[in-house]
Amino acid sequence: MNMKKMKYATVILHLALIILCFICIVPFLLIVVSSFTDETTLMINGYSFFPEKLSTYAYTYILGGGGVKVLHGYVVSIGVTLIGTATSIILTILFAYPLSRRDLPLRNIFAFFVFFTMLFNGGLVPSYMMWTKVFHIKNTFGALLVPNLLLNAFYIIMMRTYFTTTIPTELLEAVKIDGGSEVTTLSKVIIPLAKPMISTLAFMIGLGYWNDWMNGLYYVTDSKYFSVQNILNRMLSDVQFLSSAAATQSGISSVTSNLPTTGVRMSVAVIGLLPILMAYPFFQKYLVKGIMIGGVKG
Amino acid sequence: MPHKKNKWRRYIPLYMMMLPGTIYLIINNYIPMGGLVLAFKKFNYSLGMIKSPWNGLSNFKFLFIGADAWKMIRNTLGYNFVFIVLGTTLAIIVAILLNEVAGRKARKLYQTIILVPYLISTVIVSYIVYAFLSQDNGFINHTLLRGENAISWYTSPKYWPFILTFVQLWKSFGYSSIIYFATIIGIDPTYYEAASIDGAGKLKQVVSITLPCLKPTIITLTLLSIGRVFYSDFGLFYQIPMGAGTLLDVTQTIDTYVYRALLVSNDVGRAAAAGFLQSLLGFILVYGANLMVNKIDKENALF
Repeated sequence: MNMKKMKYATVILHLALIILCFICIVPFLLIVVSSFTDETTLMINGYSFFPEKLSTYAYTYILGGGGVKVLHGYVVSIGVTLIGTATSIILTILFAYPLSRRDLPLRNIFAFFVFFTMLFNGGLVPSYMMWTKVFHIKNTFGALLVPNLLLNAFYIIMMRTYFTTTIPTELLEAVKIDGGSEVTTLSKVIIPLAKPMISTLAFMIGLGYWNDWMNGLYYVTDSKYFSVQNILNRMLSDVQFLSSAAATQSGISSVTSNLPTTGVRMSVAVIGLLPILMAYPFFQKYLVKGIMIGGVKG
Repeated sequence: MPHKKNKWRRYIPLYMMMLPGTIYLIINNYIPMGGLVLAFKKFNYSLGMIKSPWNGLSNFKFLFIGADAWKMIRNTLGYNFVFIVLGTTLAIIVAILLNEVAGRKARKLYQTIILVPYLISTVIVSYIVYAFLSQDNGFINHTLLRGENAISWYTSPKYWPFILTFVQLWKSFGYSSIIYFATIIGIDPTYYEAASIDGAGKLKQVVSITLPCLKPTIITLTLLSIGRVFYSDFGLFYQIPMGAGTLLDVTQTIDTYVYRALLVSNDVGRAAAAGFLQSLLGFILVYGANLMVNKIDKENALF
């Protein structure tokens, strides 16, 4: 009797979790299926999970030149993500390692200097004024790269904690006795030992860059510097955004009327989604670990 | 004395390593803090931040004329409280369920899937929401309501508190579930063994072992979220409703207000005043919340 009861409980447990997983995944299916749906079917039946007629037209349209802006945005996004993540990781390690050294004079002052940025901030208005009036970053590549995303106090603290808890002081002393400089210690000993943490943070930082649309919204008006997210953002309010480029290029303005805007929108969203979903399985364990280590404070 | 000088010299490479990060934090984080004085100035683009004349509290007076300011404060606080209560409850339930899953592989699969919504940018989430709610092509109007009594979602404020709460929970429950799950797997298994020998059922074990053991984490996370009740996810409140003006009553928060005042209506004074209040109240609350966390659970306090 008890065994049977337990079996029921297990079934219910898995059922509950499976339903939950469905709720997480099914919404994505709607945009994926819609992006492969025939344009007229979309017009008549709306976005649907089981469309009457499928079509890859939205994708051939984008890849076949109609989506020059999308492909350009893709290049911008990839560039920003790679450069941003690499720079950010380097800055984070360079800051976290000295902070992890118990013998460093003024260590607490530097730790407070980092930590205080988590407590207090100036907010959008002063930041916006500074970046646009002093540094003139409006409509530059740097606008997507630099404000807010380059160095995160929380990641410095996570990295420092990892260094202090996993790297024994004796090891550092041994390297020093061997005559290694601080730079060799960092590059030959610390970084190889901290690879799991570096991977975790690299994924989280990279995710932040790929998904960021706020810097673009605040500081970019020139579509030359639009990332995929900014293009998506713009397409939501301006359906003709993609076609306006095609029209000016071909010199025909009437082209706009028969563009597959309904499906193309969703296919661009799917394209923006793809890199993350592809990278995720490889980084999944790092992400879970990262949340478990630092999540409470995040 | 030469010994002391030597000691400092030894650390020069370490300080050099911190230099780029220090410069960045000064520019990105500390200079804007000073810029908060803008809230007390009559900003003039041609004069710039420093030369613009002071105007006392008049930016704040303007901010609180009419109902705008109260509405956005009400929304910011209201949504945050709902998110804290429902988010915490859901996360704990899911964490307990995850812990009950016996198979390692199944558990990992569930963990992987519930984190997917967390990975996606708010812009893409707004496309998903649009695919469901669009007036002309939306799944709900077309397929579920079959075009009859179609609801104009993006112009009906009454639905949005529910929609935004749902989207927020959908996006964030995986993340917080994992945090609680991490605490649960740290509970000493002998507690459960002893309890089942005593004949305690699963439910009894959850109530008398799991929940008490989770208490410090629950309190810590809740306090930390309370510390942030004056902040809101700009993307959730601006992007998901597609910036619709008709929905402002239930979607305007301090963050969306500051953005609109600064970049849409070009009203620097009010934007600066609202931003100043947010930074100041935010700081007081974060600081206070941390003092309390520090008393309860020193390990998880920010300081």
